[in-house]
Amino acid sequence: MADIVEIRWHGRGGQGTVTAAKVLADACLSGGRHVQAFPEYGPERAGAPLRAYNRVSSKELRMHCPVLNPQVVSVVDATLLDSINVAEGATKNALFVVNTSKDPGEIRAKLNAGSEQKVFTVDASKIAMECIGRALPNAPMLGALCKMTGLITLDHLLEDVRKSFGKKFSQKIIDGNLEATRRGYEEVKEG
Amino acid sequence: MAKVVAVTGNEAVAVALRQVNPDVCAAYPITPQSDMMQRFSGFISDGRVKTELILVESEHSAMSSCVGASAAGGRVITATSSQGLALMWEILYIASGTRLPIVMPVVNRALSAPLNIHGDHSDAMGARDTGWIQLWSENAQEAYDNAIQAFRIAEHMDIRLPIMVCMDGFIISHSIERIEYLEDEEVKNFVGEFRQLNPLLDIEHPVSYGPLILTDYYMEYRKAQDEVESKVAKVVLEVAQDFEKLSGRKYDLFETYRLDDAEIGLVILNSAAGTSKDVVDEFRSRGIKAGLLKPRLYRPFPYKETGEALKHLKALCVLDRADAFGGSFGPVYLDIATSLYPYKEKPALINKIYGLGGRDYMPEHAEFVLDELVDIAQTGTVKSYKEYIGVRE
Repeated sequence: MADIVEIRWHGRGGQGTVTAAKVLADACLSGGRHVQAFPEYGPERAGAPLRAYNRVSSKELRMHCPVLNPQVVSVVDATLLDSINVAEGATKNALFVVNTSKDPGEIRAKLNAGSEQKVFTVDASKIAMECIGRALPNAPMLGALCKMTGLITLDHLLEDVRKSFGKKFSQKIIDGNLEATRRGYEEVKEG
Repeated sequence: MAKVVAVTGNEAVAVALRQVNPDVCAAYPITPQSDMMQRFSGFISDGRVKTELILVESEHSAMSSCVGASAAGGRVITATSSQGLALMWEILYIASGTRLPIVMPVVNRALSAPLNIHGDHSDAMGARDTGWIQLWSENAQEAYDNAIQAFRIAEHMDIRLPIMVCMDGFIISHSIERIEYLEDEEVKNFVGEFRQLNPLLDIEHPVSYGPLILTDYYMEYRKAQDEVESKVAKVVLEVAQDFEKLSGRKYDLFETYRLDDAEIGLVILNSAAGTSKDVVDEFRSRGIKAGLLKPRLYRPFPYKETGEALKHLKALCVLDRADAFGGSFGPVYLDIATSLYPYKEKPALINKIYGLGGRDYMPEHAEFVLDELVDIAQTGTVKSYKEYIGVRE
């Protein structure tokens, strides 16, 4: 990918979207890269739409403002597709990944994606229910994003997920999140 | 060996404070600072520092506790934002007038009313004439580095003044960035052992703090304080040199970016300076000689050095993330105008107010200002000296 990769996350409060952006930043530190992860702060409440951003670059990141032209758009909650234009400002060869059980082709049509833009889907909520027992789609979304962008290897990401969950949670929860991340990586589909 | 991490500005400064291991910390929560003191109090609970934590009922009490603990002989810290800093106002002057080297990170936030929790420089600007030293930081790395250097500057035997380390609320305090930590041992050695001059708890040598001085000597006391201020810049540079040897990172009174041969320039503090540098590069790539100056030691302000660095420009804009109400200009503009006043040949000088209450400062804002400066440099005509930008009409 390019020298600098800008990512925009769309989620709802309580889904772990901000955590996902943080874990990704940490994982992308490898190879001497510069990273940023920051949410857009509004009234913080469960269920409210929110955005978070990542920048990953081989050069020092000096820009301190929201990402307007993302090369990657990660939609953690597909219900947002009805209320927000998640494609706004996306580059003409942007990658989209959407948490949905729907077919990537259907989502591509809904997004009205350009010919050079790629659309991926992954049923992250279902994977999360099966692996963690709760609809926390952030781990499988990270796995899917890892595969689509190639920013980091799956092993590296799994190591970082383990590290970030390791401090606070039981082994069962950590194992569930690792499995969810792996399945997100494996089950993401392109349309 | 430096450790590379991805952390928030608050976390980075909390780690700097842990590595310094101060004697006393008085803390009261306020967004967006709370997270820093929460992390630091975690280090206390985990036994990673020996700091005595005083949980107070307000920022007025926090600063009062710092004054007491510092006079008693301790190395003392607190941290605050916005209304918290405003509530400390009375005691800020007591800390500086009593020459107590208290170190206080300030996570810059807008002032009420209307209530707003976001990044804005109004809080620290309101405290710019309190006799505290102020260092300002563009990003998490600078906030961490400045926090460590702050102890050496404040505690220098020629100085003995309290110091604020400023960083932008949320934009830096809550954003994760790559930074390099020094080793604990390196920081410990760099700041050294703290020694208070005339500690109250040295009962073999009793001293009195906070005396009444009326018309007889008050003015002499103030003159002495003013003379101390004139020594700060030299110490800031000495400490920066030692820090560079340790970290490889260079600091000065201010940062100049592509300024030496520039014809137009921006003066801008903190995180927005980073965004502006990318736009300066873009103008340079089009053959336009743009440059930038980012103040670091904002109080005491290095007027002479700043004026020297800017006087050759044709047109200059000072961007302020705070207004100084009273029919005048933003606070940084007033200082830059003062620094340029002695020169016969000087740039046309305009002021833009941006980013209040966390309003995003985008590359297009820097472009808009630089385009206007190109125009002023060509025509010599200034349309308006002060303007709010990025504001809804």
